[in-house]
Amino acid sequence: MAKLELRHLNKTYSPKIVPVKDLSLAVEDGEFLTFVGPSGCGKSTTLRMIAGLEQPTKGEVRIGDRNVNAKAPGDRNIAMVFQSYALYPHMTVHDNIASGLKLQKVPSNEIRHRVAETGHILGLEELMDRKPAKLSGGQRQRVALARALVRRPDVFLLDEPLSNLDALLREQVRAELKQIFDAQSTPVVYVTHDQTEAMTLSTKVAVLNNGYLQQLDAPHEIYNKPANQFVAGFIGSPQMNLLTLKCQSNNAILGDYRIPIPGGFAPPPEIVLGIRPEHVRLARPDERQTIQGQVFLVENLGMSYLLSVRVKGAENVTVRALLSADQRWNNEDLTLALPLESIHWFNAQNGDRLPTTHEEARLDQGIPVKR
Amino acid sequence: MTTTAHDTPRQTPPAGHATPGAQSFPLKKVLLWVAIIAVVLFSLGPVLWQWLTSIKTNDAITELPVVYFPAPNQYTLQHYIELFTRERFGAYIFNSAFVAITSTLLCLAIGSPAAYALARLRLPGEQFILAAVLIVTLFPYILLFLGLLEIVRVTGLANNYLALIIPYTAINLPLTILVMRSFFQQLPRDLEDSAKVDGYNTVQMLTQIVLPMTLPALVTTGILAFIFAWNEYIFALTFMTRENLKTIPVAAAQLGGTTLFDVPFGPLAAATIVGTLPLILLVLFFQRKIVQGLTSGAVKG
Amino acid sequence: MTTTTDPIRAREQRTGWLLLAPAALILLAIYAYPIGRAFVLSFFTENLGTGLEPVFSGVDNYVRMALDGRFWLSIWNSTIFTVVSLILELILGMAFALILDQAFRGRGIVRTIAILPWALPTAIIALAWRWIFNDQYGVWNDMLVNWFHILENPVNWLGNPTWAMICVIAADVWKTTSFVSILLLAGLQSISQDLYEAHSIDGATPWQSFRQITLPLLMPQILIASLFRFAQAFGIFDLPQVMTGGGPGGATEMVSLYIYATVMNYLDFGYGAALVVITFLVLVAVVALSTFFLSKVRNATGVQ
Ligand SMILES: Nc1ncnc2c1ncn2[C@@H]1O[C@H](COP(=O)(O)OP(=O)(O)OP(=O)(O)O)[C@@H](O)[C@H]1O
Ligand SMILES: [Mg+2]
Repeated sequence: MAKLELRHLNKTYSPKIVPVKDLSLAVEDGEFLTFVGPSGCGKSTTLRMIAGLEQPTKGEVRIGDRNVNAKAPGDRNIAMVFQSYALYPHMTVHDNIASGLKLQKVPSNEIRHRVAETGHILGLEELMDRKPAKLSGGQRQRVALARALVRRPDVFLLDEPLSNLDALLREQVRAELKQIFDAQSTPVVYVTHDQTEAMTLSTKVAVLNNGYLQQLDAPHEIYNKPANQFVAGFIGSPQMNLLTLKCQSNNAILGDYRIPIPGGFAPPPEIVLGIRPEHVRLARPDERQTIQGQVFLVENLGMSYLLSVRVKGAENVTVRALLSADQRWNNEDLTLALPLESIHWFNAQNGDRLPTTHEEARLDQGIPVKR
Repeated sequence: MTTTAHDTPRQTPPAGHATPGAQSFPLKKVLLWVAIIAVVLFSLGPVLWQWLTSIKTNDAITELPVVYFPAPNQYTLQHYIELFTRERFGAYIFNSAFVAITSTLLCLAIGSPAAYALARLRLPGEQFILAAVLIVTLFPYILLFLGLLEIVRVTGLANNYLALIIPYTAINLPLTILVMRSFFQQLPRDLEDSAKVDGYNTVQMLTQIVLPMTLPALVTTGILAFIFAWNEYIFALTFMTRENLKTIPVAAAQLGGTTLFDVPFGPLAAATIVGTLPLILLVLFFQRKIVQGLTSGAVKG
Repeated sequence: MTTTTDPIRAREQRTGWLLLAPAALILLAIYAYPIGRAFVLSFFTENLGTGLEPVFSGVDNYVRMALDGRFWLSIWNSTIFTVVSLILELILGMAFALILDQAFRGRGIVRTIAILPWALPTAIIALAWRWIFNDQYGVWNDMLVNWFHILENPVNWLGNPTWAMICVIAADVWKTTSFVSILLLAGLQSISQDLYEAHSIDGATPWQSFRQITLPLLMPQILIASLFRFAQAFGIFDLPQVMTGGGPGGATEMVSLYIYATVMNYLDFGYGAALVVITFLVLVAVVALSTFFLSKVRNATGVQ
């Protein structure tokens, strides 16, 4: 039984503003689903529809296998953490955490017990009598989290909960979040811009664009087998190299070089080759599948360099490679290897992934994928 | 003279920004201070004059040429004492205060929910209602008094505090609605969304979340409403005819109007001071709030 | 979009109407009913002649009004009072706002002092001004005679028709200039300093900056202040009532005083209602015109 299910959800603000066009998915108990996608792609809108803060124009939100479209947010037994934390400024930490329980008419000694327990988990014992204005950003974040946890809801919704924290704190809270949510089985829907958060926290990642679901998969699948060109370009940093190339028989033409296209589909006249910069290597002397080019830009990322290379014979094609920082690269000619097993192929017309033989043409499980 | 300085005084002009008037800088400054003193004298003069009159003996008041600053033997509190012994200014102050405070509280209690509905609940026809509220602020009370007089007669409310409390609530409602609405709209939306998810219904949210957070705005609006109610004249004049129910402005105005010959200048001046003192104090303590309320009611509305 | 398919929203709106209802009812009772009632009553005669019973009389009241010299004089007085005091208040209010916008020590307290007149009860202020303009012991006479030697002898200011009007206007200007300056000051503070700096680098004089930047950008505030002031001045009651009682000889009888006298002294309710209606219509017409103008100006300056 799906704990949370969205069926053909659509939100139309006006004929021109349709942030969610047709979205269906399910989140089971114990699952942690993360929405990622470019700004304005409807992540928050979807979350707000689940919460009941927005009404879907079409489609259904189901919690515990019941349609909750007509239920007010307070009657859905969900908890939501906002990016701004949305703590009530005139209430103490204790009252903030207890507010939802009080409204549910939970007996007061149980409220005391549950608030204390949650406060203990999040290390808020010392802060219970303070007002939010007297808390640091990280502490506020914890209070917001506590307010959600103490409710024991059917679904947790979190909209970019860590994005107002500084980088260091974010890592720390992220680890705590993982522990907290691993320890309980309530489904979680999480929105973030941060791919590391998406990768580390989630059991499933949903990539949204243009109001449609692009891919819904485990994090490693999203990274290793992006369902289309959009997902390939969106997930991973630095961004995957995506080169639109002409085909000749079973080869894609990259400047002076030919890259063999594996079997499994008929080679079209044009094809998109994708390879992540971290998979591009310096060629060993004995390697055959190589390209040559000239470095024209070096970006220092700390533990490695990001090199932009102009491929010989194709002056307008740039390949970016992530290479180790123990060497200096400047305006050099390099020979790079593009390992065939790391190359993704996409249909140049619709951007869909082209299944290759060596990954045993396994199609996605019937999830409608559109652009 | 176009330096609009905000809260930090900027005394010196930026270097290398030599204007033709650079040499006459002291002159500019002198002119500015002359202007400032003029503003102060203009604004305070009449009130100060009333105050000086109110503490002078009758002889000093009618001495010619006019005595500006009374000699030590010309001071008296007699006029104030008279107000509270021969006249019933104690009762008048109570009437004014009671009516103004009650109507202000009522106005906030009725106006804030309406303002919230207009700020957040997306009612159809909202724009029309707002426009109507805005236009209503422009109606002078003389247009209303005839119809209200009829209502007061029919309901037998004459010489009842309600005859003032209800109209005062009404005349302050438009301002309350406009000012509170503009404050509500500035609240972060997430808070209300969060409250909805927590299970607050609209009324609980208003009373437990939104209003506690807009307490400063309520104070601002309340001060304005109090001022308007305290100062109102025509309804008080018309609906309260019994001597012991009069409000301060009416009582003060009628103090001089009774006898043509022996005008009680001293008590009159004392009455104006008594009637204005609460407002002077309000302005002294809440100048910022008053300005904020007036501008958000008038300009943003 | 339809709202019928959204039960949550429907419930929210129902609550909204309930929250709005008390305010709406009071506003309707205190504003809409009296005005509506005046329209109805203006077609009736209800005075001592009819035993204070309303008797339908068509447009009699309006015909009578057209021939009523006292009515026209009161309209004239109100117009003069409104126009002159409005102009003076705008000029003075602008000057005050510019002064209060400067940086100087003690600006906060000066601003506080400057808004004081606005907050005080008009009826009481009228008493103060009546005392200032007193013919025997008034400080105004004393200043003109003994300080500035402009006058040989004291003048009975409030006893002279022209001077009485001027004195009432002066008192009103004193009372409400602060309101205008509050609004204009808020407007001034919202104008970015960069505009002036860029303009003065271009070689503009302060006067040119004032004409080309301050005035246009302040137009919305100027119009709003004028609108409020117009409505209040045209219906002013307490100031002339207390200061001059409309005298001498009707020289300061504003339309509001005439309405009040018609109703309260002559108990002529029907005619009073007709006077209310006409005053209301004049107000609405002017307000409609100026809001139209206001929206045009707002569009032109791109403000709000
Ligand atoms: N109440 C509304 N009325 C009209 N349009 C809206 C409304 N709320 C959101 N939108 C529009 O819907 C689109 C999606 O917004 P949404 O907040 O869901 O994006 P998001 O994916 O959360 O973006 P971000 O990552 O920036 O938070 C945006 O284009 C936004 O402008
Ligand atoms: Mg968002």
